[in-house]
Amino acid sequence: MAASCIAASELLHNIKLIPYHKASCVLIRRISTSKLKCSSQPVAEATSAPQQLVGVVGLEIHAQISSNTKLFSGSSVQFLAPPNSLVSFFDASLPGTLPVLNRRCVEAAVMTGLALNCTINKKSLFDRKHYFYADLPAGYQITQQRRPVAVDGVLTYSFLGGKKRNQVIRKNVHIKQIQLEQDSGKSLHDDVNNQTLIDLNRAGVGLMELVMEPDMSGGEEAAAAVRELQLILQALGTCQGNMSEGQLRVDANVSVHRAGEPLGVRTEVKNINSIRFLAKAIDFEIQRQTDVVQRGGTVKNETRAYDSKSGETVPMRDKEGLQDYRFMPEPNLPPLIVFEDNASLPAGIDACQAVVVQTIKEGLPELPGIKRDRLVQAYGILPEHSFTLVNEDGLMEYFEAVMRATKMEPRKVIGWVTNELVGLLKQQNTSVSHSPVTPAALAELLELQEAGHISSSVAKQVFQEMWRSPGKTGAEIIREQDLGLVSDAAKLHRVCQKVVDSHPDEVCAIRSGNKKVLNRLMGLVQKELKGRADPVLVREILQEKTS
Amino acid sequence: MATMSAFHTLRGVSLEIIGSSCNLWRNNVYSLTTKSCRLRCLQSRILRPFSSRQHNPKPTKIPVDLVDKLERLALVDFRTKQGLECLEKAIRFADQLHIVDTSGVEPMDSVLEDRALYLRDDTATEGDCAEELLKLAKNTVEEYFVAPPGNIPLPKREERTAMLRHSEF
Repeated sequence: MAASCIAASELLHNIKLIPYHKASCVLIRRISTSKLKCSSQPVAEATSAPQQLVGVVGLEIHAQISSNTKLFSGSSVQFLAPPNSLVSFFDASLPGTLPVLNRRCVEAAVMTGLALNCTINKKSLFDRKHYFYADLPAGYQITQQRRPVAVDGVLTYSFLGGKKRNQVIRKNVHIKQIQLEQDSGKSLHDDVNNQTLIDLNRAGVGLMELVMEPDMSGGEEAAAAVRELQLILQALGTCQGNMSEGQLRVDANVSVHRAGEPLGVRTEVKNINSIRFLAKAIDFEIQRQTDVVQRGGTVKNETRAYDSKSGETVPMRDKEGLQDYRFMPEPNLPPLIVFEDNASLPAGIDACQAVVVQTIKEGLPELPGIKRDRLVQAYGILPEHSFTLVNEDGLMEYFEAVMRATKMEPRKVIGWVTNELVGLLKQQNTSVSHSPVTPAALAELLELQEAGHISSSVAKQVFQEMWRSPGKTGAEIIREQDLGLVSDAAKLHRVCQKVVDSHPDEVCAIRSGNKKVLNRLMGLVQKELKGRADPVLVREILQEKTS
Repeated sequence: MATMSAFHTLRGVSLEIIGSSCNLWRNNVYSLTTKSCRLRCLQSRILRPFSSRQHNPKPTKIPVDLVDKLERLALVDFRTKQGLECLEKAIRFADQLHIVDTSGVEPMDSVLEDRALYLRDDTATEGDCAEELLKLAKNTVEEYFVAPPGNIPLPKREERTAMLRHSEF
């Protein structure tokens, strides 16, 4: 390696003496890049700039099925309850107990599969996945590794990108499979007494595991995909999708590579409790791996945990190398059969023993993507606006309520809802349902502005005031603070004349062609009238006077 | 586990025992292969020692690190060289399955395969028995089960042998 570097530098020195032309320029670059890297880079590659390392992200999502009882037992599913009070003998894995499948969980999985354009397997099988841990009393988890209930789907998601973040970019991520599996119990680590406390309330709750292909390249895309999935699951009612309550758990598999080359070593990132943290964790991990590779190191195949306080991923306790789960068919459960339509039902079957795909398909509610398109159609608003409406909980209902209370054009209302209202909501960390300004009040305010009683900047001021004092209507505030637009022509003329008379230099500048100075005069007029002048009228009058 | 039941039948190996357990096995195989497969001659084949067969795979030898891995994964203990030999014999016994021509036959997971999977209603009928369950545990704290802080690593082979020598077994 050193010898070749020396030879290279000698050659470089010689080449500099040769008359400069394109070929040698290429040669110089070739030599210098291989000298810098000094590794076994194929020479052909070095003629172009070294390619960027890009991230590759695949997600594994566990969604807790929203049902009354658990997947294989009749104990309740509730978020907060006294420890071990929602545990049946089967959940505690007492000998002699057997799993009995919950129909609601099957329907939820089929519904989710259909909403994500999956192929539903008419016959799916259950398996046991063995590993030892205190929160898994049976020593195995019943899952569907060989033949899950749904395969081969697509999740279409969008996010606001582009330079000004107002372009709706649509992307697809391929869903490998959706399977039903059991959740484990909860372990609370008591470091003081060096023990772990086990609560089995969550043990046996039904989960849908969604395995996605590594089609994404960064934190932003992953966050948008998870957000879209959350909206879909909430619309279907199959999962409440609350990440902080553990109803939606996301693990990210992250690796880096150069485009065209095989995938790099991946690490698994766990302990991500919100969509924001998901984006941060993935971006941090991609950066960390990029740094490792660029320094010449290799990425270790490990599991890392995201620490929200520091914003970094840290290696988790060593999991004893590669786990071997010893998958075996679940001997206590026959295959799960779902029927295509009512025609294919076997004779004499009880209705509550059959899950029919056609019936479920017909009962699917309106999905977020369809909702967005409908809003664009119905109201003529831009796709990025309808994206915001559907993305924020309750915002669409708010907008539709405002539209019902006014005859104004949707395009004039939408800006207020997606910018002003959302801006204040975010600032005060409030949800739409707790907004102090009701849709009716906002509608009234907008109509006042439309009718010319106030200027747009004043309207924004009034809106903020209405936020602070929820009882008052817009009209009251305008009256109280005397914010109404001055449209008294005579008064306007007087003030404009005054400004024109006291600023002869500016008037000269305008007359000689510099139209921009007019804005300065307008500003002065507004200052004189405390911002309550109708800007359109003022501009007309000033133009008239300075022509 | 299938190998464990095979292990029990190998104790005091005799052809009659092999024959009777194979009868049971044969019944299952018949119900499986009603569609195809000629097995009339199978009974006579099984009663002859396996080693004289033509199409046997070689006897499996289990390497030491595989033994360690199995012991760690399944928390079983093969204890002595004899225990390991028993395991190898059990695998040899199960190797007889390779004789059967299963081309065109779907693999069978369990004898329940053709039964309908019962689907339960989503109404709560169980739970609310925390006291009863907690009574079963040696160590509890305020209605939680108590476990050690993480998985306790399996002691090394030498330590295990010492532990077992002093235990009741």
